[in-house]
Amino acid sequence: MQIVVVTKSTPDTAAKVEVNASGAVTWGDAQMVINPWDEYSVTEAVLLKEAHKVKTTILSVGAEAHTDALKQGLAIGIDEAVRVWETGMEGQDTLSYANAVAAAIRKLGDVGLVIFGRELVDVATDAHIFMVARKLGWPVLGSVAKIAAIDFAAQTIRVERMIEEGKVTLTSKLPLVISVLKGINEPRYPSFINIRKASKATIPAWGSADLGIDPNAVSGAGSHVHTTGYQNLPVRQGAVQIIDGANETEKAQKLVARLIEEKVL
Amino acid sequence: MSGVFVFIDQFGGSALPAAWESLGAGRRLADTLGVPLTALIFGQNISAVTQEAFYYSADRVIACDDSTLADFRLEPYVALLDKVITEQQPTIVLAGATTRGRELIAAAAADANAALLPDVIEISLENGTLKATHPIYAGKVLSTITATGSTQFATLRNRAFPAPAVDSTRTGETITVSPVLTEDQILTKVDGLEQTKGEANLGDARIVVSAGRGVGGPDGFKPVRELADVLGAALGASRATVDAGWIPYAHQVGQTGRTVSPDLYIAVGISGAIQHQAGMRTAKVIVAINKDPDAPIFKLAQYGIVGDLFKVLPALTQTLREKLGSRS
Repeated sequence: MQIVVVTKSTPDTAAKVEVNASGAVTWGDAQMVINPWDEYSVTEAVLLKEAHKVKTTILSVGAEAHTDALKQGLAIGIDEAVRVWETGMEGQDTLSYANAVAAAIRKLGDVGLVIFGRELVDVATDAHIFMVARKLGWPVLGSVAKIAAIDFAAQTIRVERMIEEGKVTLTSKLPLVISVLKGINEPRYPSFINIRKASKATIPAWGSADLGIDPNAVSGAGSHVHTTGYQNLPVRQGAVQIIDGANETEKAQKLVARLIEEKVL
Repeated sequence: MSGVFVFIDQFGGSALPAAWESLGAGRRLADTLGVPLTALIFGQNISAVTQEAFYYSADRVIACDDSTLADFRLEPYVALLDKVITEQQPTIVLAGATTRGRELIAAAAADANAALLPDVIEISLENGTLKATHPIYAGKVLSTITATGSTQFATLRNRAFPAPAVDSTRTGETITVSPVLTEDQILTKVDGLEQTKGEANLGDARIVVSAGRGVGGPDGFKPVRELADVLGAALGASRATVDAGWIPYAHQVGQTGRTVSPDLYIAVGISGAIQHQAGMRTAKVIVAINKDPDAPIFKLAQYGIVGDLFKVLPALTQTLREKLGSRS
């Protein structure tokens, strides 16, 4: 039985992302990093591998650039990596992306647990996680803060999941899809030696023919959602008004008066 | 075509604010299309929410009251939603982008092989199909997205849409449906729930008071909590304070935390790294309190006080107590 982690490369979190004059999204010369939430999913898979002697695979659906996130996973301790891509997948919506991820997991076979980070920060959604589970026909538990128990032989798991109202403890059968939160572990970072080793890995790239699926189900053209344009955020009007006063009480009173004028109190 | 359906996310028999906000957005879309607005209410002991759905502008309610739906689990909820959608063929299916709403709508859209517009802050109809604005790259850029297909799904960000005015004279037809899955067909079982008590939910909050490294340690949150209490505000925190173990992760605002969109955001001792801005930049009014006049947060804020937070906060709390009384 194996564990699959699904990841992607995204622009560095400190990057200034903006829309350029030709309407495209750019992040200058900022580097691509592993999707920040996936630092936790990769580490969780490695911890489970060490504790339960199961195989781990890291998977990405995306162009060549996403190989870096896969190599990062290998360097942290994941056993194997697979990338899914073919011409025509550009512009795929979340459902087409999920179709490709689910097909790759099916092809890997013998998968007991699929782990996602809480969301993808570039496309800013977690919808793919629940779509993948439905396409596989497996249960899914999102926003997991802790795996309290897992038994790969008996195919059972108990997790703690965070919802708006607090913490829910649930049990489920494997195979299962989960998404994990920050705090589930202390993320591991690769050593230089392991980065060098991982950089030499050859990572297979599967297309729709390898996955045995209709190319239209994973293509941009076959998608139901299309992006028609990007805009920068509206610029805030005017500079900050620094509230001055003879003492803290005077400053506080002036600020409260402004906030009442703004009708936010 | 049976119109616009809105899933009403409820917990323990009370709807979340985001549910009524999405019902309000659904009302406008239904009126544009000239079709009825249907609220979908699943759970146990949901009669009060059913009644309220009419007050909040629903024309019709489809309700399922059953013990298998008492705690939210995706399997029985989506099996039921799929059946309702297959039988009724709605044009549009919406929910608030709450944890349950996001999971359910994504799963139902996958089962229907249909378009999903996720976590949108604006939504409208163009040539009979949905067009929406979705903040991407951790809220640094806005994308305009359009949907195709006969049933289109969307989740609506908390506080991005106004809730409809309450009209307690309104009423309508309630259609009762049966669950699809029996308990023995459901693979996930709830063992227990530990509810967070007495803290305002960040996502729904009208006012958020957040603290950063400037508070110096866990004890430094005391004046911040006092300010939050007098305002009836939710308590937020920067990543640095969470990573240092000063406050639980549930309070983290920013790229690997919660995204908030309050009317008023007060950032105390927060420098305002780009990752933090990602979680709060859509606040209507931002106030920064920081001893460093060059902190990046002042570039984003409308109002600022440069000073020692341990002196500014007590003065602010005292002033507010006099002006507002305690709201907590």
